[in-house]
Amino acid sequence: MISETGFDPALYDRFPTRGARPRGELETLAAVWCGPRSFWQWITAINNNFVGVYYVGAAMLFFVLAGVLALLMRTQLAIPLNGLLPQETYNQLFTVHGTMMMFLFAVPAVEALGVLLLPQMLGARDLPFPRLSAYAFWAYLIGGLAFFSSIFFGLAPNGGWFMYPPLTSSTWSPGINADFWLLGIGFIEISAIAGAIEIIVGILRTRAPGMTLDKLPVFAWAMLIFAGMIIIAFPSVILATTLMELERALDWPFFDPARGGDPLLWQHLFWFFGHPEVYIIFLPAAGAMSTIVPAVARTPLVGHRLVVLAMLATGFISFGVWAHHMFTTGMPRISTGFFSAASAAVSIPAGVQVFSWIATIAAGRMRFSTPGLFALGSVIIFTMGGLTGVMVAMVPFDWQAHDTYFIVAHLHYVLIGGMVFPLFAAIYYWTPMVSRRALSERLGRWVFWLMFAGMHLAFLPMHLSGLMGMPRRVYTYLPGRDLELPNLVSSVGAFVFAAGVLVWVIDMARSFRPFGDRTAGNVHDGAGLEWLPAGLYSVRSIPVVTSLYPLWDQKELARDVEAGRYFLPRSATGERETIVTSTLNAEPQYLQILPRPSGWPIWGALFTAGFFLLLTVQAYWPSAVSGVLAIYCIMSWCWTLDRRPACGTADIGAGIEVPTYASGPTSHGWWAMVITLVVGGMVLAMSAFSYVFLWSRNPGVWLPPPPVTSLVTLLVLDAAAAGLAWAACRLQRRPGSHPATAATLMLVLAAASLAAAWALDLGAWRAAGPHPTVHAQGAMVHAFMAWQGLFVAVTVLMAVFAILRRIAGRLRPDLPTTADLIALFVVYTAGQGAFSGLLLRLFPGG
Amino acid sequence: MIGKAPEGFAGWPPPALDPAGPFAGPINTLSWVLFAVGIVVFAAVLAALGVALLGPRRWRSRLGGPRLVWLGGLAFPVVVLSALLVYGLGLTSRLTDDPRPGETRVRVVGEMWWWRVAYLDSQGREVLQDANEIHIPAGRPVVFELEAADVIHAFWIPRLGGKEDMIPGRRNILRLQADAPGVYGGQCAEYCGGPHALMGLVVVAHPPAEFDAWMRRRLKPAPAAAEASRGAEVFADSGCGACHTVRGTAANGLAGPDLSHVGARRTIGGGILPNNQGTIAGWIADSQAIKPGNRMPAYPVLSGADLRAVSAYLASLQ
Repeated sequence: MISETGFDPALYDRFPTRGARPRGELETLAAVWCGPRSFWQWITAINNNFVGVYYVGAAMLFFVLAGVLALLMRTQLAIPLNGLLPQETYNQLFTVHGTMMMFLFAVPAVEALGVLLLPQMLGARDLPFPRLSAYAFWAYLIGGLAFFSSIFFGLAPNGGWFMYPPLTSSTWSPGINADFWLLGIGFIEISAIAGAIEIIVGILRTRAPGMTLDKLPVFAWAMLIFAGMIIIAFPSVILATTLMELERALDWPFFDPARGGDPLLWQHLFWFFGHPEVYIIFLPAAGAMSTIVPAVARTPLVGHRLVVLAMLATGFISFGVWAHHMFTTGMPRISTGFFSAASAAVSIPAGVQVFSWIATIAAGRMRFSTPGLFALGSVIIFTMGGLTGVMVAMVPFDWQAHDTYFIVAHLHYVLIGGMVFPLFAAIYYWTPMVSRRALSERLGRWVFWLMFAGMHLAFLPMHLSGLMGMPRRVYTYLPGRDLELPNLVSSVGAFVFAAGVLVWVIDMARSFRPFGDRTAGNVHDGAGLEWLPAGLYSVRSIPVVTSLYPLWDQKELARDVEAGRYFLPRSATGERETIVTSTLNAEPQYLQILPRPSGWPIWGALFTAGFFLLLTVQAYWPSAVSGVLAIYCIMSWCWTLDRRPACGTADIGAGIEVPTYASGPTSHGWWAMVITLVVGGMVLAMSAFSYVFLWSRNPGVWLPPPPVTSLVTLLVLDAAAAGLAWAACRLQRRPGSHPATAATLMLVLAAASLAAAWALDLGAWRAAGPHPTVHAQGAMVHAFMAWQGLFVAVTVLMAVFAILRRIAGRLRPDLPTTADLIALFVVYTAGQGAFSGLLLRLFPGG
Repeated sequence: MIGKAPEGFAGWPPPALDPAGPFAGPINTLSWVLFAVGIVVFAAVLAALGVALLGPRRWRSRLGGPRLVWLGGLAFPVVVLSALLVYGLGLTSRLTDDPRPGETRVRVVGEMWWWRVAYLDSQGREVLQDANEIHIPAGRPVVFELEAADVIHAFWIPRLGGKEDMIPGRRNILRLQADAPGVYGGQCAEYCGGPHALMGLVVVAHPPAEFDAWMRRRLKPAPAAAEASRGAEVFADSGCGACHTVRGTAANGLAGPDLSHVGARRTIGGGILPNNQGTIAGWIADSQAIKPGNRMPAYPVLSGADLRAVSAYLASLQ
């Protein structure tokens, strides 16, 4: 094997080590990783063993709440012209049901599963940014609860989860209901992106030594692709919600056709996110299936590589299918052809996975345990949903089925079969790992059969009611259209399904009860590292992985790991720590010092949520105060980053010494910053698409750009900023305090240069004429300016941060990471400014 | 208040599978092909799953390898999907042929929560305005020019063909044809807020010769006898003309449906109530109870006699 980092793979042969470990070592490790003891410590816990459980719990809470809304709706629709729910209430209910199931349940639930399981599966002690997980979780919980509560005040959004303008514009939705959606959901997306960054860096950089990519568990592959797709897809919806909020609050007409906007722009942006979203939800669930099916069938997954390739293919193709939600909008034939073909093609990788599961079941001997039952149910339901999916990929059929209950049936088959059933399989499979007490097999059977029967009762008749002419999103229907029977059956089915969920809730309460013994162990005989004996510190020692199914193939592994005979059997520096390994071959590179619990991320999340929620209810000053406090909390949190232990290297076992600090592309922080900038770049790319899309609608009326001299100024200033940042990076590594001070000053100058470029460009455009409320061109130009302004503001904050750190002596030659990351951000911002400047001048005809 | 659904939209057989013209027929055939393929594939998957779970060891070992994944997951779907795509896209293209000159043109504008209808001549000029009911000649393609006045709606007559969105700022073209004279129900399919659930319409297909006669009848203004009635007076005094037009009278409002021949329509309230004097009176007295959120205010102030008079007047506008 060729080494990736210069690490000699022969060193792995030193493990398992022999001889007893020193006394007290394990106790120290446990003490470093000790769990919460007071209420406040439960809140500020950041270990994934706690945050992951909170996260899954919150997602399931939202699942149950959104499910209750569904029951209310099904009760209303049980008979025609039912007077139970007023029209307005019903319209709010279906909007909130869809929104919660997608944004507050499905994505967070699978992300939570990742946060909970990945460190254990990868043999890491924790995810690389535990405080970011905590921040993401608390922001999500607070934002989600506030969003849900809006329904009690009649303030919930009522424009559908897809929020199509102009229905959601301030003309037709003047209340703050729509703003709850835009700000509440937009902000929860930020939390999803934070989680995705965490997951990508976690999977690529904190795997157990020897866990090369071809030994990466299939669930981790799924989570990696999932997180990558979030990074690409979610910026689109963040941009869309921002544009719509700008239109609602400031009257910038992005979607108003009377002023050069276009309602279809929203649909493109929304579905560019919205359809990959379906696969974003499905992939981790499929990864869980590909883990659970081999375990219950007691044999390796058939076609592992093919399944991984299929998941990658799903990720790619899913970005080419968004417009199949728009077949009835009068698109040109050529585009419908492309999107129809892509939509049909995306079913192929799904088929590969389904047949791989069937082949695995055939190759092994299936146990009909509850996870097994849910896995089988998933295959059946998902296949049915996939087949109706192929039907609606055929454009003429979609013209009939679109926006009817046929689609309601299709999407619930796909999502319940593709995500909910795998999730329940996962919960039944992994709960013994978390609570150390298995869920009840007897109750589990009830849960499965009630949910399985209820699912078909509720959704199978909907195919028919759709073809019988029942449109979606209707609060009632007329009698005499023979819709009574299918609707009544659907309503009964919904309650049967809910009964299954209720039994599950009882079972969960039983499993997580705080008394009785907890000695479940590896009840399902799983093959992954997560089934190694573990404490809050994760595994006692981090094993060398030599197989895709380590617990099946490395027989002595559990005993040796528990005896501390592998990597890092102790806390080498007296801090929380984990091994950072290389991307491809997982060779140990350095020891990452992990943070201890802290209140800053929680306060930060609280004030971030406060900022957005207060903004929603138009309490502008309190909102601003909350925003400033959020920035303060986050900067305080960042202040403790970029530390260096006294010892430059540490023994991570068997005499192998690795550094305790890394900078540049080796460091985990660099990776996180680069991924964050990809998010920014995606927002920019989608903005560019929006701009060209609106321009192409009627190029003749777009005003000419400001004179070319303004472009030259912009490019020169942005280039200067990038150059200064680059030079600062080089300079700060020179020994002594003067170069560090000079580097700090150069960063400040770079920020000033960016700010000047931005201000001059804004001035030039304002002089050139396009006003933001008059025409979409002006609105678009100002949106670009606002986006760049946001980055410039962050750069300025970073410059202030750099000055403070230089004064405090924390910006010095042996701690280069802070300045490196600021420089990266500056270079990106300069590039973004230059790109926007060029784009805006390229297209306005003139 | 609302009784049985108006004619033209029976649930059984399912209208989407009960084609009445050359634009719906091929979609129906495609639907059945898709159902058949779907059921066969689903049965095959179930059979494979059954064998994998319970089959004899020899069968299971045949299934339990990557060959099944290659064949079932890759080769088979590629072949089937390619065939379906060629079929589906060919059909898409045939069903979206450009309109030909001389075809009847009807502009339909979706409004919250009713349909503004205008019949156009070959130059695209409005010949006749109407609402919520569309008359077409049977046996000929009709070109619908679909627009929206406020938010997005979708125009769907399931027995005549697929649906098409009505989008503010755009004009979408949809061609439909009814082979035989008859009444065909329709429905708004895109969520448009409020009482979207109660936004229906009716298409009436006439034998071609009768269509021209119908058109001539409709072009006449309201009958003089009706205008002399007490009901016409109540209509005028109550301000109904601010929103509604009755051609040949002072009532020229444009916000609501044209009522020039409202008595001749099959339905009122946006395709949800059968049309007779009783339902008209009920609608005027309290339309908000029937279709909550619609733009017409309730008129509880009208006395019983006035209500009877004005509803008789409207019913007489044939």
